[in-house]
Amino acid sequence: MSRVHEREHPMEDLKNILAEHPFFSGLNEEYFALIVGCASNMRIDAGKIIHREGEEANHFYLIRSGKVTLQMMTPNKGPLIIETLTEGDILGWSWLVPPYTWHFDAKALDLTRMIALDGKCLRTKCENDHHLGYELLKRFADIMMKRLESTRLQLMDIYGDRP
Amino acid sequence: MATDPELLSLKVDYKWNPMLPWPFQIRRVKHETEDTFTIELQPLGALEEFAYQPGQFNMLYVYGVGEIPISISGDPANPRVLVHTTRAVGTVTKAMDKMKRGDILGIRGPYGTPWPIDQANGSDVVFVAGGIGLAPLRPALYEVVAHRELYGKVVLLYGTRTPLDVLFRQELENWRARFDLEIYVTVDRAMTGWRGNVGVVTNLIPRAPFDPRNTMAFVCGPEIMMRFTAMELHKRGVDNEHIFVSMERNMKCAIGLCGHCQFGSVFVCKDGPVFRYSEIKEMLVKWEI
Repeated sequence: MSRVHEREHPMEDLKNILAEHPFFSGLNEEYFALIVGCASNMRIDAGKIIHREGEEANHFYLIRSGKVTLQMMTPNKGPLIIETLTEGDILGWSWLVPPYTWHFDAKALDLTRMIALDGKCLRTKCENDHHLGYELLKRFADIMMKRLESTRLQLMDIYGDRP
Repeated sequence: MATDPELLSLKVDYKWNPMLPWPFQIRRVKHETEDTFTIELQPLGALEEFAYQPGQFNMLYVYGVGEIPISISGDPANPRVLVHTTRAVGTVTKAMDKMKRGDILGIRGPYGTPWPIDQANGSDVVFVAGGIGLAPLRPALYEVVAHRELYGKVVLLYGTRTPLDVLFRQELENWRARFDLEIYVTVDRAMTGWRGNVGVVTNLIPRAPFDPRNTMAFVCGPEIMMRFTAMELHKRGVDNEHIFVSMERNMKCAIGLCGHCQFGSVFVCKDGPVFRYSEIKEMLVKWEI
């Protein structure tokens, strides 16, 4: 099996791992407990696909170890790698934005361990509690801003002939 | 491009004639990537050695074509061989790319300010290179590796366009194999098959293993890359006073006379190319200076 939800980590361990990650820093206890309740451990073997472009996006992931590539199929050239994500990175925000489908393929380049968070469940909770929604959106906006900045630099092709 | 015996017999100390190119013979040309090549040169005539400091540059003259500034990319501990790495993008570099072993080039130099490696003693040292910017940093890397015991952690973060554009690949692999150097390479884009990082070089900074409160950073690459790198280093906690960048401008005379490379109140050829980031930070975002 390529995608395994691991159960060897008790909930207390998961809680500690999430508490140490800067993404969740400053979140109040009630919301943090809710996040922990939506979390599960996951192991992906090297070379296996985590999700494909166009599939329904119902999770986001906190990468604990390993390496994940975001890639897109290009005609006649094969898959083009757009970005790699490693330990500590957050993978996926499509679960938060309609139509809730992935825009790129994600593939484990190495054996990868992640914490999967149930975005479908969180979406509903965010609709019912806008303060929670704002707290999560603030955090994702920061990630989106950094990725947008990186993408702009990549688009500038600064190492080309005419940057 | 034959060696001119009359020129070689001149009893002139080249150091006192900064506008006079000295003839150097090409020992070897190595194509690093599709458009980037390294030439190894040795001085002819009375000049046996060519001492320089990491970060300095020379004016390279292709006789009958033109003269351009290029940073030195060799090992300063070996002054008998002068090494330059450049991309074939303009008239002079394209002519240089066609030259072969035995051909003669004119050299003026060395010019400019060096990387202040001595100030990094006892600190972690972070090199951040973008594209061809790895070439001017390589002499500093040689120096640090040669005196490895003087420094804390030594980290190289190198970003380039694609896996095919990675410079000095063999050397990077050798350095990576050591236990006392941290080497990270990232490319802007790649097809599957590349197992390294994809993303901009600034993405490597937040998790690179160095102590920002005790770090000297040397940055070289396109100006935009250096700006964003300096910002990211500062965000991580590195003092702007401890960040050094190497500027590139249209150097002509190389001795601060002609004004071609004027950058605000300084001349890049004479006051640079290596500057403390805090000293030029404001000028980097001005549209016209």
